[in-house]
Amino acid sequence: MAQTDRPLSPHLGIYRWQVQMVSSILHRATGIALAAGTLLVAAGLLTLAAGPAPFAGFVAFCASPLGLMLLLGWTWALSYHLLNGVRHLLQDAGLGYAAAAFVRNSWLTVIGSLLLTILVWAWALPGGGA
Amino acid sequence: MSDSMRTPLARVRGLGSAQAGVGHWWQQRLTALALLGLGLWFVVLTLDLLRAGYVSAHAALAQPLNALLMIAFTAVMFRHAQLGLQVVIEDYVHTRWLALALQIVIKFLAVLGALACALAVLRIALGS
Repeated sequence: MAQTDRPLSPHLGIYRWQVQMVSSILHRATGIALAAGTLLVAAGLLTLAAGPAPFAGFVAFCASPLGLMLLLGWTWALSYHLLNGVRHLLQDAGLGYAAAAFVRNSWLTVIGSLLLTILVWAWALPGGGA
Repeated sequence: MSDSMRTPLARVRGLGSAQAGVGHWWQQRLTALALLGLGLWFVVLTLDLLRAGYVSAHAALAQPLNALLMIAFTAVMFRHAQLGLQVVIEDYVHTRWLALALQIVIKFLAVLGALACALAVLRIALGS
């Protein structure tokens, strides 16, 4: 940090809120949440390997109010991170970089993630397809 | 130039890249691509086994294809999570020792998590 008087990169106080920022921030936030969620996946597999009693404890935690709340959150986080990840991969391939397409695709990932979450929970809840 | 006594090699070592190139960027994309398929498979399997109970869930994961895909999914998942958290720490944690400590802890945890999941699946699939 030799020079402190050079311009800083534009930050929240400089830019107006727009969907491009939201999609970028959400991608990181959901990524961090999903990184924490890896521990639940590990817990599920470890208890399944350990036997019926430990696995019953894992299932009971998932079915508890806290467990269901976390699972709902992780469902949306995964839906969003997945769809927005596809958008990023397509952009890495050079597609959808025009501002109009960028804005439209950002909205598509936000709305699509909500639809995907509803779809998964409609399947998961009692009376659904599962 | 004031440091003209230094060799070009010394100069480039001080100013040049860390020799990592686009390795991180590329691995993040490759693991993302793999997780696209493996993640969807995992969600469908989970929904399928939601009310299956211990015996059915155990039997499902003991099938060779499911065991293989689960080990692949968890390994790639932990690697992708570590790569992502690494960038978040690089961007937001500005205390040098804390950033380094976090990077090391997260790398260790990611490897341990992947190994633990692989071992669990192997125990289920090979039955011990």
